[in-house]
Parts: sequence; C-alpha cells; structure tokens
Amino acid sequence: MIAILDYRAGNLESVRSALAHVGAEPVVTDDPSVIARADRLVFPGVGSAAHCMRNIRERGFDRVLADALRAGRPTLAICIGQQLLFDRSDEDGGVAALGLLPGRVKRFVPLADDPSCKIPHMGWNRVQYLRPHPLLPSDRDGGDFYFVHSYFASPAWAGDPVEHEPEDETREPGVVYGATEYAGIAFASMVGKGPFFAAQFHPEKSAGDGLGILERFAGWDGSPC
Amino acid sequence: MLMKRLIVCLDIRGGKVTKGARFVGNVEVGDPVELAARYYREGADELVFYDITASAEKRPIDIEAVRRVAREIFIPYTVGGGIGSVEDMRAALLAGADKVSLNSLAVRNPELLAEGAREFGGQCVILGLDSKRRHGDARFPSGCEVVIHGGRTPTGLDVVEWARRAVELGVGEICLNSIDADGVKEGYDLDITRKVSEAVAVPVIASGGAGNVGHVRDAYVLGRADAALIASMAHLDGDSCRKIKAELREMGVPTRK
Repeated sequence: MIAILDYRAGNLESVRSALAHVGAEPVVTDDPSVIARADRLVFPGVGSAAHCMRNIRERGFDRVLADALRAGRPTLAICIGQQLLFDRSDEDGGVAALGLLPGRVKRFVPLADDPSCKIPHMGWNRVQYLRPHPLLPSDRDGGDFYFVHSYFASPAWAGDPVEHEPEDETREPGVVYGATEYAGIAFASMVGKGPFFAAQFHPEKSAGDGLGILERFAGWDGSPC
Repeated sequence: MLMKRLIVCLDIRGGKVTKGARFVGNVEVGDPVELAARYYREGADELVFYDITASAEKRPIDIEAVRRVAREIFIPYTVGGGIGSVEDMRAALLAGADKVSLNSLAVRNPELLAEGAREFGGQCVILGLDSKRRHGDARFPSGCEVVIHGGRTPTGLDVVEWARRAVELGVGEICLNSIDADGVKEGYDLDITRKVSEAVAVPVIASGGAGNVGHVRDAYVLGRADAALIASMAHLDGDSCRKIKAELREMGVPTRK
C-alpha cells in the first residue's frame, strides 16, 4: 500500500487516480496508523511554502519523512514536496523547510529581454536525465513532463550542470537526476537521496513518461541503483 | 525549453460533446468520456471540459461527468461552465479537475477570481474571456469587447482592460476565445490574442477559429499565445493531436512528442 500524505495541500485525487491506474494500491491519508503500515510514501503538494510547512508540522509529517529517510522507506516527493525537502525556501519571505537535503529554494527571475518568459513556469518541458535511477527508463536520455511552479530547488552541492548554492561540505549531499532549462538557467528538476526520489514536475499529469515513473515507484525497493 | 501546448476542448451540452459555429447550430460529436480517453491517447497536452449551457440554465456543472472524464486522462484538466462560487470550484477540483475556468460569472462578480486564487492558488484559476470585435468603437481601445452568455450579452468591458484586471485579481492563465472566429475555421483572432499576450504576464490560450495546422502555428508565432485550443479540428476533421504536433515541429514550433 502507498500512503499519499494528506496535509490539505491541494487536490490529491489526481495522484491517487494515476497510481491506481498503474496498478498500485494508493490511499490518501493523514492517519498515523495507516502511514505506519504503508510500504511507500508519496509526499505531494500544491500551495505556498509557509502554509504547507505549518500543516506538515501540525500533522507530524516532518518526523514521518525524516524517519522514512533513515529507515529506507521508498518515498516520492512531488512539486512543492521536492522543494520542502531542502533547508529553506525564499517563498513567503523565507521559510524553514525540512532540511533533509542541503540547499535552498529560489524564485525564477524573468528574462528582461524575453516577454514570452512567464512566471510561473507552466507547461510541458524537457527533463534531461543526468544519471541512471531505478525510477527512470534505462534506454532514454530524457522525457517530457508537466510543470507548474514559480520556485525551484538550488542544491548546496556541486558537480551537476544545474543552478546550485555554494557547496556545504558539512552536509551529506543528495544526487541530481534530472535537469530542465527555463528562464535562462538549468535547474534541478529531479533529485534523490537513498530511498527518496523527488520531482519538481507532476508525474501524475505527464501522460506516459509520468505514469512510467509512478509504475516503477510502485515496485521500487528504495535502493537508488 | 517550454513547449507550446495543444489543448482539446470538449463543449458539453445535454451530456454529449457538441460543436457548432458561433455557439449556434450545434452538432453532437460523441460521448465525453470516450472522446477524452481518445484525445489523451492521441497526444493532447491538456483537456478542457466546458459545460456550455450550465451558466445560462442557472444550474451547477455536471460533476459526475467531470469525475468520469478525470479518471481517463493523465494530463492537465480544466473544467468550466456554471462555476459561480468557491464551493463550485472546490467541487470541480475534488472531482479531479486541476484548474477551473470562470467566464460569465466572473464578470458579474470579479472578486470571485481573487477568492479562488487565495483559496486554491492562482495556478488553479483560469479566466475564460469571450471577445467580440468592435473595431472603430472608441469605448474599446483594444478593438474588442468582452461578451458573456456565449456571446449573447455585451458587458461594456474592453478585452485587454478586463484581462489585466483579472491578472491583478490573481488568475494564473487566460483562455481568450474569439466569438467572431469560433467555429468558422478561418484562423484565430491573432490581433487581440497578441494584444492580450503582450499585456499580461500569465500564459494566454488562444481559442476559436482553428481550421488547420497553419492557424495553430500563427496563434503561437503571430498571436504570441502560449497554448492553442482546438475543437472542430479534433472532433470533425479527425486530425490527431500527435499528427498536428508533428507538423508544428516541422514548422519550427517546439511541441511534446
């Protein structure tokens, strides 16, 4: 069973419906006993960072996620779920996030010379796969996915062709799995760490490429290779 | 690079998908659930479910039909028609919609756009804007007037002014439909599409008038639209989205394969 963490952050029906479509057994829940029994977690999210973090803490999901990372429980974070894994977000005047990955969440800066560059970044865009992962197809170098966001994660580790913060050597880094270009930069559109895999886009709204990630997640043992 | 979106619109009347010219003389095209599943398989980037008579008949949208369509498709899904309150928006979103489109009822009560954006986020709220040409009329600097009730009722609002106002209120996207061009298949109203696109910082969907792939390309290139809505091309001409998008790529427009 896959528990979709319900913290009143947007509509979770489409995530549930897409997971059911690929043969998984998803349950939308905030019940600790159901979450404790789940084989896998989905950490979704739509809304503002401050609002989301308040609801996450009220339900104790900050501890649920930290425990899942330590215990090796496969977890898929989506959209603002990906952003909130990092240390802090610039949204809402600055918000402390979960701190499970070193880095910061920043707002896109529109290009002055290109009026067609609109914020939010909304629509289908290419994700370049940077390295293999069990949730990604091994025979493809990228896929097309649906994005809706104004902020993006900037990891505090180096070595990948994406926008990043100064390297924080005191912290264990994560891994960047996907890069996407928008507003004149490349940003980390997929990241991971052990049993955690996170996407800035919406796999549940990304037709075949997105359903593929969900289907592989439903059978993933949480090992990153 | 962000790709240009091709959106298929299902106009629903009496439980069936219909299509007509200038909102009159509708012909029945088929079952919404079957057509939604087919357009999804054929590569549509998004789908719109528009209950075209809900507002005029003063009844809520057919929420069960919204839900049945949602279960068939795994792409962004917009629902419109008869949405006049935050509760109506919530019902549509809980039935599986990703965005709600407000049109006539937003003109009567603009604050509804702000309430929806506060409650669900601006990315969930689309302004549906029906535009009618009033060239030479000094009351409408953009050359077009906002009309409601499927084009039957003038509002006295200028199209560009109303688009700007809606964005200030918090809408995340504008679907701009030309009543003059709708169903005629002679191309989108590129002039007003470009004026609105250049006036607002949110994505603009061109709607009304697509008859061939060249029209769709023109909406992106000349109209500066971020997305284009088609209906007749998909329903009546049987052009698959995948084929249309392949032809767009050959014309140099980035689209999803």
